[in-house]
Amino acid sequence: MISTNDVFETLQMIRQEHLDVRTITMGISLLDCASSDSKKSCDRIYDKICRKAEKLVETGSEIEKEFGIPIIHKRISVTPISLVAAASRSHTAVPYAIALQKAADTCGVNFIGGFSALVQKGFTESDQTLIRSIPEALSVTQNVCSSVNVASTKAGINMDAVAMMGGIIKELAERTKDEQSIGCAKIVVFANVPEDNPFMAGAFHGVGEGDCAINVGVSGPGVVKIALEKCGGDLTAVADTIKKTAFKITRMGQLVASEASKRLNVPFGIVDLSLAPTPAIGDSVAHILEEMGLEKCGTHGTTAALALLNDAVKKGGVMASSHVGGLSGAFIPVSEDAGMIDAVRCNALTLSKLEAMTAVCSVGLDMIAVPGDVSASTISAIIADEMAIGVVNSKTTAVRLIPAYGKTVGDSVEFGGLLGSAPVMPVSNFSSEKFIGRGGRIPAPIQSLKN
Amino acid sequence: MKAVITVIGKDSVGLISNMSAVCAECHVNIVDITQKVIEDLFVMMMITEIDGMNVKFTEFVDRMNKKGKEMGLEVHTMHEDIFNAMHKI
Repeated sequence: MISTNDVFETLQMIRQEHLDVRTITMGISLLDCASSDSKKSCDRIYDKICRKAEKLVETGSEIEKEFGIPIIHKRISVTPISLVAAASRSHTAVPYAIALQKAADTCGVNFIGGFSALVQKGFTESDQTLIRSIPEALSVTQNVCSSVNVASTKAGINMDAVAMMGGIIKELAERTKDEQSIGCAKIVVFANVPEDNPFMAGAFHGVGEGDCAINVGVSGPGVVKIALEKCGGDLTAVADTIKKTAFKITRMGQLVASEASKRLNVPFGIVDLSLAPTPAIGDSVAHILEEMGLEKCGTHGTTAALALLNDAVKKGGVMASSHVGGLSGAFIPVSEDAGMIDAVRCNALTLSKLEAMTAVCSVGLDMIAVPGDVSASTISAIIADEMAIGVVNSKTTAVRLIPAYGKTVGDSVEFGGLLGSAPVMPVSNFSSEKFIGRGGRIPAPIQSLKN
Repeated sequence: MKAVITVIGKDSVGLISNMSAVCAECHVNIVDITQKVIEDLFVMMMITEIDGMNVKFTEFVDRMNKKGKEMGLEVHTMHEDIFNAMHKI
């Protein structure tokens, strides 16, 4: 029998604590769309995506209504385009991005991810073409997301790719300067990228995946924060409270994932157990850390609090879902989290502290605005540091930086919506140019040799 | 299959009859009602049987919302699976 308490607890989570399913993402393989003629390949891509995802948005909305759970995004991820485009030997990958945009428009999804390349060990010609096409591709499209995996624990760090990405991000910032360099919010540089991540901008459909899959990303920082408000115990009690809450959140995600999979007749892939904040008040990961007893996110103790949170979310969620994957953990994007924005504004949270925090959370330096005049080599060096943390700790790390064109420390970048606003943060004034200029590969760490 | 309907709002004459009339129109059978009036705030939960309904579930949700809106009430009509998933192992 359903109890009144359970019903009202669920209702309160949804109505007042911002509980939602963040995204249903349909992963679609485009490996069968390759052709030596790029136009033919783009047509096949458009046709296949539209065929597979025809009912995605409609079905998502139906589930939303029947279960009363807000499902914020319906999205699509595809095979890394550098693989699909390789056969065409084309000198540009921009037409592929345009085909993806057209398919996104037709299907009514708000983002499509997979304008991507996996170059952790080296580049193919097609990888280079795709990476060089990123600034133009992301400035002539609105909803296409891109990612480049430049490092892995097994392969080490491709420092030539790291060096290249600094310049690409700068160029993209300039090309989208009229929209506050928003293009840079759509590109992520990864180490150990997961191949089934439903969250943007880093989602793509890995080559080890089936033809099509439904992946779901949950959310719910507000629910965890409210649960902790009622928890007066020690940190063991805090961890237990987070686990119980994460369990409930994930069960909801699992239900939505299996319903979507059944109705769309597409295999269920994974549930991503992530706490994804939004700029809305009461939906912040920083505020969870503060609820644990920190005066401000970023102060001493923040890394420990985040480690506890990240671990408890996974432990609580893993039993609630039959398949867990993606990024799974707590996200710490600056611009998308009201508490993080506050903490940066009052100088409690710095770039160095954020870097330390990425060693224990699920992603990396995310949605951070830096001065527009920062050099490409400094951006590359920030990427290299972050990649090193991921590679050595066998975890995913990522960088999504916005070198805000024409802006400097003290200014702010306002994207609005879920992307929020980001105060421009200072970077070191000392150069890393020679280090980045060396290029080559940083060898895989000894802990990669597990066989 | 069951649906859980919660109604929250200011108490008024005919509230239960109006909401249950929508259920009857759609052939939705009410199997349990719990309600409470706290000061003048009315809180009600209905468990309903939806197997024999004569409209699509989403249509029923729309009709309940419409009626709730007319009467100034907050109405949530949700499939029971969500509660079973979240609160039962």
